[in-house]
Amino acid sequence: MTDTRTDAAAPSAMDRARGILSGALSGSGPLLGLLVLCTVLAVMAPRFLTVGNLFNVFQQITVLAVLSLGGTAVIITKGIDLSVGSVLGLGGAVAGWTFASAGLPMGVAILAGIAVGALAGLINGLLITYGRLPPFVATLAMLSVARGLALVITDGQPITGYPAWFRWVATFRVLGVVPVSVLIVAAMFVVGSMYLRYRPTGRALYAIGGNEEVARLSGIDVRRAKLKVYTAAGALAAVGGLFLTARLNSAQPTAGTTLELDVIAAVVIGGASLNGGSGRLSGTLVGALIIGVIRNGLNLLGVSSFWQQIVIGGVIAIAVMTDTLRKPAEG
Amino acid sequence: MTTSSALFACHGLRKAFPGVQALDDVDLEVLAGQTVALLGENGAGKSTLVKILSGVHQPDEGEMFLDGEPYRPRNAAVALDAGIGMVHQETNLLAELSVMENIAIGRMPLKRGLIDYRALGEHARTNLALVGLHDLDPATLVSGLSVGARQKVEIAKALSLDARLLVLDEPTAALSREDAQVLFGLIDDLRGQGVGFIYISHRLYEVPRVADAVVVLRDGARVAGWSRGDVPTDEIIRAMVGREVDQQFPTPPDTVGEELLRVEGLTRRGAFEDISFTLHRGEILGIAGLVGAGRTELARALVGADPLHAGTIHLDGRVVRVASPKAAADVGITMVPEDRKEHGLALDQPVRDNATYPMLDHVAERGLVRPSALNRLTSHLAARVELRGSPTQTAGTLSGGNQQKVVIAKWLPREPEVVIFDEPTRGVDVGAKQAIYRIITELVEQGRGVIVISSELPEVLGLAHRVAVLSRGRLTGQLPRAEATEQAVMQLAVEG
Ligand SMILES: Nc1ncnc2c1ncn2[C@@H]1O[C@H](COP(=O)(O)OP(=O)(O)OP(=O)(O)O)[C@@H](O)[C@H]1O
Ligand SMILES: [Mg+2]
Repeated sequence: MTDTRTDAAAPSAMDRARGILSGALSGSGPLLGLLVLCTVLAVMAPRFLTVGNLFNVFQQITVLAVLSLGGTAVIITKGIDLSVGSVLGLGGAVAGWTFASAGLPMGVAILAGIAVGALAGLINGLLITYGRLPPFVATLAMLSVARGLALVITDGQPITGYPAWFRWVATFRVLGVVPVSVLIVAAMFVVGSMYLRYRPTGRALYAIGGNEEVARLSGIDVRRAKLKVYTAAGALAAVGGLFLTARLNSAQPTAGTTLELDVIAAVVIGGASLNGGSGRLSGTLVGALIIGVIRNGLNLLGVSSFWQQIVIGGVIAIAVMTDTLRKPAEG
Repeated sequence: MTTSSALFACHGLRKAFPGVQALDDVDLEVLAGQTVALLGENGAGKSTLVKILSGVHQPDEGEMFLDGEPYRPRNAAVALDAGIGMVHQETNLLAELSVMENIAIGRMPLKRGLIDYRALGEHARTNLALVGLHDLDPATLVSGLSVGARQKVEIAKALSLDARLLVLDEPTAALSREDAQVLFGLIDDLRGQGVGFIYISHRLYEVPRVADAVVVLRDGARVAGWSRGDVPTDEIIRAMVGREVDQQFPTPPDTVGEELLRVEGLTRRGAFEDISFTLHRGEILGIAGLVGAGRTELARALVGADPLHAGTIHLDGRVVRVASPKAAADVGITMVPEDRKEHGLALDQPVRDNATYPMLDHVAERGLVRPSALNRLTSHLAARVELRGSPTQTAGTLSGGNQQKVVIAKWLPREPEVVIFDEPTRGVDVGAKQAIYRIITELVEQGRGVIVISSELPEVLGLAHRVAVLSRGRLTGQLPRAEATEQAVMQLAVEG
């Protein structure tokens, strides 16, 4: 899912060529890092470079990737969403409750989970636009509220036991190797990239992140755009919650705790700036993969999860530094 | 060329940016007590040159001397320590700090290791008084100041350094003529004390008043130099542009038609009150007034950038509500804002994107925007305003005047009915000024209505069919072109 692929749907050959070129140049940092990482791990842990393991990595990052999709859009607008980890937990809990306690069909439960996630995101958006709260504060509040609600709904207990077709999303492997969830996420990223690049409202996000007042004075409906972005981020967090529920066959009220930080890490490793106005989904995907590859590789090497945290922290700093240091510092 | 006697000298300075040779083998010399006017079109390299000597950019080639000693500032702090004060073209004040903190930033007076706020305030007051800001409380936040006041604070800050060489990059672009006179007086005083100046401006009429020498750049190269200040303006222009440029304002065409816009009782508390006027199709309405009269506030409210507290707006006889800039643009009222850095451009985004924000919804086909369509639109607009720069460079790296051209161009394809220009030619070179006047004339020839706000009174008088004058938030009078003399306008501007 590089830009090459997204551009394949582009209208003209010129655009495509230009897109590939700029993609190759500006997106090269994180991708190069990922390749180096893979090479090193392939040498150190022979089991790393097997088809089965690589798809394991993909599957392990599906949840992170789904959340990072929304996170990228939010960060492009110069916002931040700290609530996605909690909303993931809430979405899963709501779906689980609707199915297990309310006894409704799983299809309804899925929709209910996503709707509640979207609602949480919409409330974030309303607090930020009409309530004039800084995104950090609004979503920090939601982080707490959504987690609390998830615990209340589930009474703090996991809700287990789901229909086989639902779990199939995580368990079935097309041709025996490619997990269905990976295909779904890949499709979401393609659509998301196209949205950011070709839809007026997608492009407007970069304007808003670049300079919100300029965007507003240019006739862009900034409030509406932000409401959409946070709503989408909430809905995607709930989708992540459903993926996780399917994989574990259990909705845990504490699922996704601190995942918001991994999301931010994936987005910034992927080259987006917290100052807004920049960021690409191809980069974010690479960022999520880098995190996934490190975890997987260190597991294979038998490194403890304590040390993994230290390594990932270092990688975040190094990845963003190599990006910023490449730009000449003036003055 | 001797270097020993000069306060500052540079030889063979070269600097390239991706895709452009911004400076090409430039020599410049400033003697103590001398003012050198550095002139040239937008993008000629003037700001690049002074950014090199103030340590912001590093030259690719060439050498510099200060008092005959080799000089090569690694960063801005080195330049400051060497006694070079700088007023950058785009103000560099920290909006969320107070005026006094901005003036003394990096050199705060201390008392037992703590900032001495009393001394800080005194220091600021002394320097603010020099630029005529006697009444400004040094504790005011910069974010609350007008562009003009910010410019004066910036000058006060440079003065507070006791610099040997002061570099002023378009210091008067945001100043009224009266304030500019105050600045010139100040320059005279300091020159008497041996301070040297490099003075950049697009207001060529200022040159004979301030300059002792003139240097002209074109496409990064030094193309002319005079060791006197009273060089005829058309000679300077010929050197700058390489051809003759008409400096006259185009006479407003005889196009005034039926009523297009009527506003009644517009009020925004704290800014303006009970403003009523009309604008006809094919008419250019000038709005004059002193700084702080409420002109920009009125313009912003007309396009929904700030809310109105009372009053109605009629467009083509129908009442329209402009709840947001989008709503205003949708009914056909748009504005070119005064402050291009804060309100006109997303500086980190490409020129291409900036130029097409208002058109995003409109160039979409089946809901999709083709980048190629944006490119086409941008090239078209760039040609229309004679933009120098590439569509892919970030807007912040365009020269100041070219940034202004992007801000003006971006609304044109929306074909607005009413266009409000707030200081449209600030920082724009002679040739481009004519291009902007041409755009204004074309708009009224197409039957649209134009409102021009400018601190350059001759510009308002020269362009407008009719001049409305604001004073302290009230409309004190309207003058038809024949009666709109500088005197009559000033009379109304101080009334009320
Ligand atoms: N950081 C940068 N990156 C790329 N190009 C730049 C950068 N800074 C300046 N340029 C380019 O260098 C050229 C000279 O710019 P400069 O700002 O020196 O012009 P100027 O003479 O000051 O013009 P103006 O009168 O409009 O202020 C322009 O073509 C500009 O686009
Ligand atoms: Mg300049």
